[in-house]
Amino acid sequence: MQIFVKLISMAGLGLTLIPAFLVFAGSIDLAAHKNLMILGAVLWFASAPFAFGREETTEAGAE
Amino acid sequence: MPEKSLTKRLDAVHEYERTPIPPEKLKGAKSFWGMYAGEHTAGTEFVIGPLFVAHGVTAADLVAGLLIGNVLAVLSWAFICAPVATKTRITLYYQLEKICGARLAAVYNVVNALMFCFLAGSMIAVSATAVGMPFGLAMPSLGDWLPNSIGWIVAVAIIGSITTVVAMFGYGLVSRVANVAAPWMILVFIAAAVAVLPELGVHSLADFWPVAKEKIWTGVPLTGQSKFSFWHVMFFAWFANMAMHIGMADMSILRYAKKWQHGFASSAGMFMGHYIAWLASGILYALFLLESNQSAEFAPGPIAYRAAGVAGAICVVIAGWTTANPTIYRAGLAVQAIRPGWKTWKATLLVGAITTLAACFPALVMKLLDFVALYGLILMPMGAVIIIDFYVLPKMNLRQNHAEFAGVSFSAAAALTWILTLGTCLFLNISLGIEVFFLGLPGWFIAALLYVVLSKWYQGKVKNPGPGVAG
Repeated sequence: MQIFVKLISMAGLGLTLIPAFLVFAGSIDLAAHKNLMILGAVLWFASAPFAFGREETTEAGAE
Repeated sequence: MPEKSLTKRLDAVHEYERTPIPPEKLKGAKSFWGMYAGEHTAGTEFVIGPLFVAHGVTAADLVAGLLIGNVLAVLSWAFICAPVATKTRITLYYQLEKICGARLAAVYNVVNALMFCFLAGSMIAVSATAVGMPFGLAMPSLGDWLPNSIGWIVAVAIIGSITTVVAMFGYGLVSRVANVAAPWMILVFIAAAVAVLPELGVHSLADFWPVAKEKIWTGVPLTGQSKFSFWHVMFFAWFANMAMHIGMADMSILRYAKKWQHGFASSAGMFMGHYIAWLASGILYALFLLESNQSAEFAPGPIAYRAAGVAGAICVVIAGWTTANPTIYRAGLAVQAIRPGWKTWKATLLVGAITTLAACFPALVMKLLDFVALYGLILMPMGAVIIIDFYVLPKMNLRQNHAEFAGVSFSAAAALTWILTLGTCLFLNISLGIEVFFLGLPGWFIAALLYVVLSKWYQGKVKNPGPGVAG
């Protein structure tokens, strides 16, 4: 389950960054890049607190 | 009752204001990498990068100046602030109280809290430029000092309130929010800049440098703006957080570090936020200037929206928010040092209100470079006092934490050091025309020298209470 959530987070970051390079390469236009970035933001903020937040708590509190 | 429950939760926020951090509360490196990356990939980055463009920095001066300045900043955190923080494990404010006495520490804390409020206010103002876009908010211009509409004030009030409430819940929540947002924010900066490069004429890596020199960092300042050189960039990058590193304010954060080496985590903030993000936001602003025929409007929200859409606007809001949060938290600690009986959340509520009021004035954004340099300069002398007190005075057979030892509430040695250093810097600025960006380095050595000399005089004059009193 945790791996699945992390994959969603990674996909969120990928959708944030990669479309910009596709615009640079001329593969997609700026509007598509903006839409993909919104999707990336949704995926990241929906999953990152669960994918990485628990590790942070453990590190700060348990060690 | 919900209110009682909330108050209990807030009262339970314990930040060890007047006691060393216990071992079980120390944090590993990851907390600090996330904290620094989040704090320095901030709303201000959307302002500082464009202001370098407005001040006519050349591409070569910017790239080299940022590299050297940021390395110096990281070294300042790692070798000056972090070692003292991890040895004492107390806040800057409590350390100052031991050295300078409660009354002088209170004066410092008032000044410090006000500076933090203004800085956090500028970040809230930056966020407001993004929040106001869907409502057709009139954006401020480079020459604006006063709020230009009721809508601007309302936008600032909403963002300021939310930021304050989150900061009231303490460092733990701030750290978690910053950790989650940081990786995404830096990617938004990079993505926004990369996506607009073709519109500036960059279609391959080989195109970048010629376009950077001719269209982005042209070396020609905008009308009414002064010309910046390599030295401006280098010293600004080094001293943009002068209050935090050589000014020692980050003792309050790094006292949680398991090891002093966690001070190197500041490199995440410097090279992500103060390098990549400054370059990226400069690129976005250059495109705006080209498209708007050198418009005087200066609003990070619409600029980010132009390149990255809704995600860009959200990034501006979050970037401002995650930086304003720890800044308000620090200011809350400063106020609490003046009023130790107050709970952390009450102190934070007060500084949040002042911050929100300050954020209403766009001058904080338009003159951000000057303000950031001035704010570091004003607080820096007391950082020098702490360093000299910690490392040098024992070697001179002088007492550390002399105010605590002698039972004085106002150390004349520290007060004179502060006043005379700032007076000398003011003289250098007015008489010799040395700009505020260049005063931090000589100022630190002036403060250090003054404190050594004045401590020798003062500790001889103010009699110690005798053996048995802790020093």
